[in-house]
Amino acid sequence: MITVDGVTMTYDGAARPVLRDVDLHVDEGELVVVTGPTGAGKSSLLGLLNGLVPHFTGGHLEGSVTVAGLRTEDHPPRELAATVGWVGQDPQAGFVTDTVEEELAYGMEQLGVDPQAMRRRVEETLDLLGIADLRARSLRSLSGGQQQRVAIGAVLTMHPPVLVLDEPTSALDPTSAEDVLATLARLVHDLGTTVVLAEHRLERVVPFADVLVHVGTDGSVTAGAPATLLATSPIAPPIVELGRLAGWEPLPLTVREARRASQTLRKELAGLPVPARPQPGRDGVLLSARGVEVRYGPLPAVRGVDIDLPAGTVTALMGRNGSGKSTLLWALQGSGPRHGGDVRVEGEDPARLSRTQARRRVGMVPQTASDLLYLESVAAECAAADAEADAAEGTCTALLTRLAGTVDPATNPRDLSEGQKLALVLAVQLTAAPRVMLLDEPTRGLDYTAKEALAEILRELAADGAAVLVATHDVEFVATVADRAAVMAQGEVITAGDVHEVLATSPAFAPQVTKVLGDPWLTVRDVRVALEERQ
Amino acid sequence: MAEPRARRDLHPGAWWVWALGLAVAATRTYDVLLLGLVIGVASLVVLARRPVAPWAMSFRLYLGLGALVIVIRVLFGVVFGASSTGTVILDLPEVPLPSWADGVRVLGPITSDTLQRSFAAGLQLAALIICVGAANSLANPRRLLKSLPAALYEVGAAVVVAMTLFPQLAESVGRVRRARRLRGDASRNVRALRSIVIPVMEDALDRSMQLAASMDARGYGRKGAADPRTSRLTGALLVGGLLGVCVGAYATADLTAPRILAAPMLAAGFAVAGIGFWLSGRKVGQTRYRPDPWRGWEWFTALCGVAVAVTFFLDFALSPVTLTGLVVAALPALLTPEPTSPYAALRSAAATRTAAGMAA
Repeated sequence: MITVDGVTMTYDGAARPVLRDVDLHVDEGELVVVTGPTGAGKSSLLGLLNGLVPHFTGGHLEGSVTVAGLRTEDHPPRELAATVGWVGQDPQAGFVTDTVEEELAYGMEQLGVDPQAMRRRVEETLDLLGIADLRARSLRSLSGGQQQRVAIGAVLTMHPPVLVLDEPTSALDPTSAEDVLATLARLVHDLGTTVVLAEHRLERVVPFADVLVHVGTDGSVTAGAPATLLATSPIAPPIVELGRLAGWEPLPLTVREARRASQTLRKELAGLPVPARPQPGRDGVLLSARGVEVRYGPLPAVRGVDIDLPAGTVTALMGRNGSGKSTLLWALQGSGPRHGGDVRVEGEDPARLSRTQARRRVGMVPQTASDLLYLESVAAECAAADAEADAAEGTCTALLTRLAGTVDPATNPRDLSEGQKLALVLAVQLTAAPRVMLLDEPTRGLDYTAKEALAEILRELAADGAAVLVATHDVEFVATVADRAAVMAQGEVITAGDVHEVLATSPAFAPQVTKVLGDPWLTVRDVRVALEERQ
Repeated sequence: MAEPRARRDLHPGAWWVWALGLAVAATRTYDVLLLGLVIGVASLVVLARRPVAPWAMSFRLYLGLGALVIVIRVLFGVVFGASSTGTVILDLPEVPLPSWADGVRVLGPITSDTLQRSFAAGLQLAALIICVGAANSLANPRRLLKSLPAALYEVGAAVVVAMTLFPQLAESVGRVRRARRLRGDASRNVRALRSIVIPVMEDALDRSMQLAASMDARGYGRKGAADPRTSRLTGALLVGGLLGVCVGAYATADLTAPRILAAPMLAAGFAVAGIGFWLSGRKVGQTRYRPDPWRGWEWFTALCGVAVAVTFFLDFALSPVTLTGLVVAALPALLTPEPTSPYAALRSAAATRTAAGMAA
């Protein structure tokens, strides 16, 4: 179905090719997962398949890409629209019309599909994706998972034999992500669609995958069966790491397989104590909120939330898209609206302090971290941060070096990798030396390595006596980083407590290791440490 | 009561024809009472038949704009257009002007005639504005763009995209400003402006690139290529037709121009441009999803508009003829099907809930 033959792709002005000597063959009806570190060229590989690369992006392409018998060289993306359905990273940015039904019809209008057939296909697609009740809704009013499904539907109506998706679940909560992946699996199984998708969080998609494609930082591409490729891959979902640790053969890819393979391991672990997390001295509560209320017009977004952030701990805030996590974070920082309740940081209410005073107590990294960056170089950004916080010159640069290693000070912040950008914003915010740090969805778009680095940073902050609150969808990240967790639903905190209690007891939020090994075990590291200590 | 009819949005074109008919009627008269009735009819129909949508809420703005226009027109009348006839209401001294400004009068006695005349002129302008506002509130502007002739498809698409981008731009300005607060920067100088403009522009550029990629990948501009000969011919027809329309319109207004340049030229211009549209429309490869149908009620609404215009051409004072015209123009408020409502289902659910609540 898809043949990539000896492709080397170089963007204009780039020193080295983003993809090098790529040979790839995908058969009809396969589900292919493309993975690799951030910025390695996953999106470029996907763009090759419908001709966006190089027709839209520019650059020099050697070799040839053939999809369903059409060479992308001779066919621009618009001619391939009926062959390859391409869904970009941010579904909302790709919407052309304003209601669900019109969005589904848009592609067909371009193809000149007969109005009768159009009507029928829209109805079929609405049913196939289970979004029939959303048909007249405005696209902007939909939740992330719904938007993603509409974006998929909008290309499915053109009946493309190949579907290409760039990180379809990166912004979704676990349940919505499952929905979208289940939809894709259904397309592969019921309609024989060939699906190619890029994904960071392998733990969700690997069970569905027929072929795993790994894009390296040097632009090399390796493809193979998931189990074979993951056995040696430096990035792997927790279940695979657990399998490697226990030496299971063949490597399990699903929880079911792993559970069946894990009987001896479970017996071995039965009597062992879970290694305690390093617990720094908890010298009291740094931020204490009581009865926080936030409304948008008549709609309550946060309803009577009580939360305490003790010093030296990382607290994770979870909950589905739109449950009020971001709004709560903004209200706690003092910059966002708050219509009721009380927030105390070192005896003062940050909302009543000046902005400069508030950020000395509570720092925050917003969801779109790059909103905070506006200068041309990392050095200028750091200097501005020092001046804004009245900190000694070089404070921000020192923090950045600690968080992200050496970053060339002349780089434009926009050219940094996602992980480095996040580190820069975090450094800018830490320059004001707040003891409470709030982070809104920091793991979005980060690969395993970058996530591990972030976890390390947050643990260090906590070890220094700070209180950290992280809103995130990423269960595995929570399992590695957090001491405490709270789950929000409809603007209320429905559970809060020790991370073990919150994660292990919930089927929706349990990390893979817990699903395999049972209650006290959260991460592969816990298991490894426990086994090592026994010896 | 009769069986409730199915709700349905009328074709936006029907509302526009109706509103323009009413506007034409308003241009034919200075009768304050008739103009008031025109505004009344427009408001009545809007209140009865506007759908529940953000764009439909703009009618109040048009009413306000109309009131403002009347006030300004009356002020101008008082300052510049004083008349010497009629009862003097307020005797203001005239501002003496140098001889080169001969013919311009500033202030002077305010007579009842001055007030009456400038009020009527202002009311006429207000009525025109309110008629356009009525069309805008009754017909979804997006759907109107969708009903454009096929030849204008690309223009329509561009306008629709621009309409989507504006709220997004506002949203990202809000987001970035909020983020700025986190850096503790409260300054209001050029640097603060820059710290907002740069992230917003980057965001907007990013979004536009993503939108362009998405449109390209979904086949936008796919079958646009007509052979150069045909596109030259259609281009010539369109330009020639529009020139004809311009000349015709000018000649119609300028009574000294030869009559052959008036109505016949206008008609010929429209015809040529029409052929151009038709030719270029034939070349367009796109189809329309659920185009708005033009059925009986559309004909009815449009004809009501035409009828009121015709009656005002027959007579322009308060008379049985014009009154009949106005009554006809008000008929769509009662007879046409009600517009669809996104909340219809919600509302009926809420109604049952309230009823249940009351019973409990």
